[in-house]
Amino acid sequence: MSEKAARDINSLMQAIPYARFLGITVDQRGNEITTVMRFSERLIGNPVLPALHGGTIGAFLETTAIAQLAFEIGGDALPKPIGLTIDYLRSGRPVDTYGRAVITKQGRRVATVHAEAWQDDRSRPIAAAHGHFLLKAAEETAGS
Amino acid sequence: MVSDVITEEHIALMKDVLIQHVPHARALGMNVVNAKRGEAWLSVPYREELIGNPQTGVIHGGVITSLLDNACGIAVQLALPERMSIATLDLRLDYMKPATPKLDLMAHTHCYKVTTNIAFVRGTAYHTDEDDPIATCVGTFMLAANRATPMPISPEAAEEAAKFLQKNKEGKA
Repeated sequence: MSEKAARDINSLMQAIPYARFLGITVDQRGNEITTVMRFSERLIGNPVLPALHGGTIGAFLETTAIAQLAFEIGGDALPKPIGLTIDYLRSGRPVDTYGRAVITKQGRRVATVHAEAWQDDRSRPIAAAHGHFLLKAAEETAGS
Repeated sequence: MVSDVITEEHIALMKDVLIQHVPHARALGMNVVNAKRGEAWLSVPYREELIGNPQTGVIHGGVITSLLDNACGIAVQLALPERMSIATLDLRLDYMKPATPKLDLMAHTHCYKVTTNIAFVRGTAYHTDEDDPIATCVGTFMLAANRATPMPISPEAAEEAAKFLQKNKEGKA
């Protein structure tokens, strides 16, 4: 898993049990990827509205950022999150959610990524996140 | 402001909302382990489905996000003088170390300030020792975020929840 151009990011993501659990797939077109989180009942956090669970949206944005990093940078190990700030902008309706991420800055060890999630209208995002990710499999810090 | 004694209604609310009415919490296997005014302790048992790194078996950061988000929401509910709908405004997470494979996740959250519109909360995810955190978070929640009616709670559910909490307290002591 090191040839970046020909990488099959969807297969890479499908190898992650939790990405499968959330129903996340990657739509790869040319040099762009869009992550998709298929709606399912178990993603619901507030059944009265109903609305997606904030945690699933956070996890989706984190996965979107990781997919973008894997797509653009490659490397043998998946990037690990150091810190992530999630802004919840609108309530997530019970439909499919799409995500895109942009690498704001890529350093030698750390990359900064901005990710957005939307549903019907890309200009009306339901959540946005920015985070720092450790690029090399490192000993001390980072989760995932 | 409000008494520190957790009422049966609060306990029932937390258990009912968390376990019965939140599909994602149920899907992750979340449990309320303990609670008091403005504070909550939750767990997520280790499961292979929740793995984020297939090579190491380490749980996905997103599971920790869900657990902390949910636990923060419960801490806010437990700090409020009355039931109302809340919505996460923002949540910032710092990951300190990877979770250890096969160990259950714990979260302790504390809602330390409530204003007219906003509740402020922080939390820690860990295995057994809160001083050795896997991740920490701070978040803000919007109060009375929508007009949806809070979920109904039956007297039976309240009684059952009270017993549940009492049992946990005895188990801890």
